[in-house]
Amino acid sequence: MPEPVESVIQPEEAIQPEETDAAAAGPEAKGRYFLRFTLGQRYLHAVLFTTFLVLAATGLTMRFSGSVWAIRTARLVDGFGTILFFHKFCALVLTLAFLIHVREIVARGIFKREKGIFWGPTSMVANWKDVKDLFGHMRWFLGLGPKPEFERYAYWEKFDYWAVFWGMVVIGFSGYAMWFAPFFARFLPGWALNAALVIHSEEGLLAILFIFSIHFVNTHLRPDSFPMDMVIFTGRESEEEFKSRRPEEYQRMQSEGKSATRITDAPPHWLINFSRVVGFTAILIGLTLLILTLSAYIAG
Amino acid sequence: MKTVSSFALTFFVSGVFLALPARPLHAQTDCLSCHGDPTMQDAGGHSIGVDAGKFHASVHGSLACTNCHADIKGYPHPDQPAAVQCETCHADEAAGLSGSVHAKAGEQSPQGTPNACLTCHGNQHEIVPKTNPNSPVYPLNIPKTCGACHANADMAKRYGLNNVYATYIDSIHGFAIGREGLLVAANCTSCHGSHKILSHSDPQSSTYRTNIPGTCGTCHVGINEQYQQGVHGKAVAAGNKDAPVCTDCHTAHGILEPTSADFRMQSTPVCGNCHRDKFSTYRDTFHSQLGLLGGYVETARCWDCHEAHDVLPASDPSSPIAKANLVKTCGRCHAGANASFVEYQPHANARNRRLNPALYYIRLFMNLLLASVLTFFLLHTFLWLVRSRFQQVKNKPAGGKNA
Repeated sequence: MPEPVESVIQPEEAIQPEETDAAAAGPEAKGRYFLRFTLGQRYLHAVLFTTFLVLAATGLTMRFSGSVWAIRTARLVDGFGTILFFHKFCALVLTLAFLIHVREIVARGIFKREKGIFWGPTSMVANWKDVKDLFGHMRWFLGLGPKPEFERYAYWEKFDYWAVFWGMVVIGFSGYAMWFAPFFARFLPGWALNAALVIHSEEGLLAILFIFSIHFVNTHLRPDSFPMDMVIFTGRESEEEFKSRRPEEYQRMQSEGKSATRITDAPPHWLINFSRVVGFTAILIGLTLLILTLSAYIAG
Repeated sequence: MKTVSSFALTFFVSGVFLALPARPLHAQTDCLSCHGDPTMQDAGGHSIGVDAGKFHASVHGSLACTNCHADIKGYPHPDQPAAVQCETCHADEAAGLSGSVHAKAGEQSPQGTPNACLTCHGNQHEIVPKTNPNSPVYPLNIPKTCGACHANADMAKRYGLNNVYATYIDSIHGFAIGREGLLVAANCTSCHGSHKILSHSDPQSSTYRTNIPGTCGTCHVGINEQYQQGVHGKAVAAGNKDAPVCTDCHTAHGILEPTSADFRMQSTPVCGNCHRDKFSTYRDTFHSQLGLLGGYVETARCWDCHEAHDVLPASDPSSPIAKANLVKTCGRCHAGANASFVEYQPHANARNRRLNPALYYIRLFMNLLLASVLTFFLLHTFLWLVRSRFQQVKNKPAGGKNA
């Protein structure tokens, strides 16, 4: 895996043009492009959604093991052992990615005392503006006010981030408690193992339902981004997109005179096509799992 | 020495001579001079030929023809001699048969049963002892013999029977008989008896519910002893007809190897037929969730913790689920299980506040979290969608992609 650690949090410094695919600067690449996500961040998202899809598919099969599709799936892959193997394998990969991410936050935020990790407009930590934006956004939904001008990370994006962060801690911990039950029982009471399954499956369901309905729509399927927001795959967005989506960040870039550091080349064709295939596959799998989950709920 | 052998010789020779006048050699010879032709037929086209060699080799080979065909005194004899009555000699078997399901079935049969004995024992002139591998009632041949009728779908339908032959043949008993030639494996008669076969609804029947442990226990002595000590065996002995007997878990004909995946997959719901609350709480645990999917049949089923045959309540100190034994019982699968680990509740009910308060509130919290997050964001997303679409349509003449 190439350099997944580099700049997982902030792209604002250490920007090097990574893809030297200059051929892409074709006629459609008029106007300037800005880098929103570094290669490291995009890899992190790729690892996250790939493992999440497998964890969701295998987890749902176990959660709804009485349903027809779960039993068919199990038969198809020669039983539960295979399903659990992939579940545990992806859990390990995702845990590793999570730890790398946390290590970087700690290294940059605490040891290097880098500004913008824990506070300020570029931080993932919620602030007063997010509260104002939430209410302002809802007023705009109802036609009662202007659309808020968002900063680098909007409040729903921060929610997505912390939902995943909290989810990984909770699901991960309860999952490992079940995986290594006799070990965890040395310092946890026995009923905690009962609780682990309840927490693991409910939190997992919440994550699945949230990602496959709300995250998909908010980020990819809503009219402004339809059918897919490519920025998490290509890392780049056009100046026009940047300005309209996050005007406050754009203004800040201008006033701080930093916008030049973020300018990058247009996304190459192959990257756009590749992103489309990967993205649509992920969305398709996610929607399928969502339908299966809902059908299992309805069937009881 | 010489005295002894000459005595023996004298005894033998005189024995032969003494026996000779009683031997019906000439009678057989007389009859066989006509009936020895195996192609001989009567006016109705029925075969009335006898294979002399096979007859002599049969268990009845030393009898005179007229011992059975008692109404024939000389020649010429009547065209329609009376039917042979096996019960003249085999009174016990005939009495058993006349009270059995087969006698009743014979009365109902449109053809009647001309001689019910022969249906199982084969050609009347060629009957060999049941220890003879050629006998249709030799243990290894019995399933095929019974199957001649009981594998017949029409006949099963006519008498309202389950077509059990195919099920049996694939079972552990049928496999042992049919493929491995294991004489001691249970064949049809081991459980149902041979002549006095009674309906399983008849309290005298070996397959009557409460008699089943005894019937299976004829071979499975050790298991039956365990079973009789467990709660189920005691309940059955006390006359509780709802308590499970062998066939409830193992089935009657399609008995599987109890360690096989198929058996482990099929039998848990059987316990759940009675122990509904325990089954439903078991279904909520990962033992069940994982176990249901197959391919990983090691996950604990009812009998892995409770024992299969000597099931005992937790209050009994010798029960595997007695508190003092839990570390050992759980430790069979979970290496390293300790006192804290076995506090895990394999039948916890997160929906029951009284029994499992901690779990109840955890589940409640998780459900509220799930419901509130989803409700808020579904509403949020829905309003957003509507608003964005509205804005998009409004801006369309300007051609802007982004609202």
